[in-house]
Amino acid sequence: MGSLNTLVAVCATYVALLFLVAFLAERAAIRGRARWLRSPLVYTLSLSIYCTGWTFYGAVGFAARSGLEFLTIYIGPTLVMMGWWWGLRKLVRIGRTQRITSVADLVSSRYGKSPLLAVFVTLIAVAGTTPYIALQLQSVVLSFSSFSCEAPSGGTLAIDRNATALWVAAGLAVFTILFGTRNLDANERHHGVVMAIAVEAVVKLVALLAVGIFVVWGLGGGIGQTLARIDASDIGQWQVANGRWAALIMLSAAAFLTLPRMFQVLVVENEDESHLRTAAWAFPTYLMLMSLFVLPIAAVGLDVMPQDANPDQFVLTLPLSQGREGLAVLSFIGGFSSATSMVIVASLALATMVSNHIVMPIWLRLAAGGAMISGDVRHVVLLSRRLSIAGVLGLGYLYFYISGGGVALASIGLVSFAGVAQVLPALMGGVFWRGANRLGAVAGLSVGFVIWAYTMFLPSFGPGAILPLSVFEQGPWGLSWLHPQALFGITGLDPVVHSVLWSISANTAVFVVVSLLTFPNPMERLQGAQFVNVFQHTGNPQGWSGGIAQSEDLMVMAQRILGPREAQMLFRRAAAAQGISGYLPDPTPEFLQLLEREMSGSVGAATAHAMVSQIMGRATVSVEDLLAVADETAQMMEHQIQLEAKSAELTRTARQLRGANEKLTQLSVQKDAFLSQISHELRTPMTSIRAFSEILRDGDGLPPEQLRKYANIIHQEAIRLTRLLDDLLDLSVLENGQVSLNVQVGSIASLMEHAVASTGVEGKGLRIHRHGLERDLMVETDLDRLSQVFINLVANAHKYCDAPEPLLTIRLVERDNHLVVDFTDNGSGVPRDKQELIFEKFARVSDQKAGGAGLGLAICREIMARLGGAITYLPGQGGASFRVTLPMRMRQAAE
Amino acid sequence: MGKNVLIIEDEPNIIEAISFILSRDGWDVATHSNGHDAVDVVRSKQPDLLILDVMLPGKSGYDILTELRAEQGTADLPVLMLTARGQNKDRELATRLGASRFMTKPFSNAEVLEALRELVSN
Repeated sequence: MGSLNTLVAVCATYVALLFLVAFLAERAAIRGRARWLRSPLVYTLSLSIYCTGWTFYGAVGFAARSGLEFLTIYIGPTLVMMGWWWGLRKLVRIGRTQRITSVADLVSSRYGKSPLLAVFVTLIAVAGTTPYIALQLQSVVLSFSSFSCEAPSGGTLAIDRNATALWVAAGLAVFTILFGTRNLDANERHHGVVMAIAVEAVVKLVALLAVGIFVVWGLGGGIGQTLARIDASDIGQWQVANGRWAALIMLSAAAFLTLPRMFQVLVVENEDESHLRTAAWAFPTYLMLMSLFVLPIAAVGLDVMPQDANPDQFVLTLPLSQGREGLAVLSFIGGFSSATSMVIVASLALATMVSNHIVMPIWLRLAAGGAMISGDVRHVVLLSRRLSIAGVLGLGYLYFYISGGGVALASIGLVSFAGVAQVLPALMGGVFWRGANRLGAVAGLSVGFVIWAYTMFLPSFGPGAILPLSVFEQGPWGLSWLHPQALFGITGLDPVVHSVLWSISANTAVFVVVSLLTFPNPMERLQGAQFVNVFQHTGNPQGWSGGIAQSEDLMVMAQRILGPREAQMLFRRAAAAQGISGYLPDPTPEFLQLLEREMSGSVGAATAHAMVSQIMGRATVSVEDLLAVADETAQMMEHQIQLEAKSAELTRTARQLRGANEKLTQLSVQKDAFLSQISHELRTPMTSIRAFSEILRDGDGLPPEQLRKYANIIHQEAIRLTRLLDDLLDLSVLENGQVSLNVQVGSIASLMEHAVASTGVEGKGLRIHRHGLERDLMVETDLDRLSQVFINLVANAHKYCDAPEPLLTIRLVERDNHLVVDFTDNGSGVPRDKQELIFEKFARVSDQKAGGAGLGLAICREIMARLGGAITYLPGQGGASFRVTLPMRMRQAAE
Repeated sequence: MGKNVLIIEDEPNIIEAISFILSRDGWDVATHSNGHDAVDVVRSKQPDLLILDVMLPGKSGYDILTELRAEQGTADLPVLMLTARGQNKDRELATRLGASRFMTKPFSNAEVLEALRELVSN
């Protein structure tokens, strides 16, 4: 017991348990049985990643060094959760309506979808979070070494700190990649990860409470005596350094909102705004429980442990020194939980930013063709996220390696807090102040970031590590007013207060002044109104003025980003909402906005906007849009919303009417053509029959072989005539619904083989690729009729595919109890204006490509309707593509 | 020596029937079965008489007729139009474009011969 090997085994078991929890949660979420996953309790527990390894171990150390000051770190978030939950609600609402994926996405989106800001905030977040990840690695390594020093049997085992950190980093990378990048969810929620974090939250709370109870009642001799000990030690002194307290409270409150990992759980993973109500009291309660025993442990630790013991490790070393190894292991697991959960979420959040705002834009620019190249890019997005996760953890490890883990835990945490807090002015200004603009945000962030880096981040490596020693003594180039910890000669301030004061106030001042002095561009104005008035503006932002975009191009693009199935569903729903059948909705501003937002879940708002603009050809904001933003007294707004709703309805009705009218006109033209066609189709064979029968009648002395030949022609043409009449009758019966179906169960694969074989075209000028037929699915339907449809589609591909090497791809999938079969060829496809007509009787794409009577697809359509399925033309697939869907089991109509 | 007749028609059986009837009657028969280059073929073969179908692959009989009438050498060429579309408007269109004669399929062999004889004697 207590050996390092046991510890490693315990860790491994615990991690395996986390994998299992995450896996089960993911599975439950997929099956839609995850209501309990979305409870406010899980949400609250997931917020506890605020309490990292720093809180778990470091708070005691903090208390041992500075007394009650450690509480500031908890007071900040408590104030935010309890006093400001309406502000959080606003953030969450904005995050949801704008499909925000990260804090960088939010800032960039607010300031006119600026890619520059996205990159900037991402860099700040990486710079601010890297030390924090290093901190977690350090806390795990320290706790390992505490064990190896204290444990009697493991004492001889010296551990390699760097190797341990490397292993931990690698393991966490694997976990995060597995559960953080399983799929590209449009809304970026990770049920598995959240659930695992919730479990870890419970574990660390239980561990800390257990140690606390042991210390108070086991070592301290009860509450009264423990309190006496606290009083006796220095740490009980109520030493409030006002400036430092205020700075730390403000800092932790700011960090609570802007830390990438907090933003991830607070806003991105939020399922329901109302969860904030619960979290508003439950999360402070959690924090209170976490801090309950910090002082007793610190006081007793200082009392009991030797002078040189590291107070950061009291939580672990106290039980160990008393021989309570079980408790120590529990405490170790608690610390391990705190560290791992933070690293997982932080690297996930950072990876999303890095991938969306840096890697993907570069990749999309480098991959020639921009938004329009075909092929799925989801794997690229996933790959880039995975690499980003590995990269972020690698950076954290590198920081750990370079800094040597020499700095006290708490001070690294403050460095990180102050770094990400630089985003706060831009974030708050963006959410509450319409006048805030992009230039102001960029300027403020730059100034704040530079001051932070100079006065806090670089010095954190220790004097002489990056900044030369002389800078700390006399200031750079001997300019004492530029001393990193005493800017403008203001000395005597605590370094943290000094840095926070200068960086945040300079940041805010520059942000406000530049925003006031410069003008936002139209897109910023629009987004600004959307964000600041998120509760009034429930409608869509009017970012797109409707142009003549090619819906089909949009479809090609969307399929790459969202995946074919999701894109097709999205387009179909949008088309249905517009009252259009098929897959191609009109590119109305509403639809483009919807599409852009869906895609921003995968690639970020700035990139999604750029991709849609590439197809739309422009990204302008119309005068009306600007007016809509300008006129915004409450009355006007309401009036406008009503008008908009009416106008949208009128537009929809008009579109439907226009559609119906168009169709009627086309039908009338077709009706006319129908008589003419039917006349042509019947008269052509009759012409041969009549001519040759007259020849036979009048032709004495014709040689016998010629007689036989002519008789044969008459016979053939009579058969052709009969077939035509059969088709017509078939169609008429199908159309009138008098057909009786012969429903049987059969294998779809063998049905398809028979159909292909009976056309006899495979290999003779047409290659056929089959996908999804390996699995032998059984369907219950009218097999003969279904076969008739397949034969028709294969024969059509043979007749009409105009590629030099015709290839037909038959792709079969089972989906929601339906069979979906796509027949896609590599020819030039059906032109957009003919895609609806081809299913009408005698409709041919053109006169030139004659071949049949033009009844085949009309019959197919009727058959599929009788079988309870459908046949549709699938645009944007590269060639002609027909989709046949039918239920796996046909519902027999009561007859 | 018989006169030259060119048949432009895409149904092989109908070509065979008309060719047989006409050659038995002493005509020199040439055939062509698509619309794309029909005008070029007429120009090079210079037939005494043209039998022209309406529904042809590549170019419709009406278009071919329009082009022939616009050209110096073929403006007066006797053209018998055959069509399987028997509506009045088709007949009117053919007449307006300058068809010499218009017949609906199916036809009687004797009537075709008679119509051709009339066309060349004029």
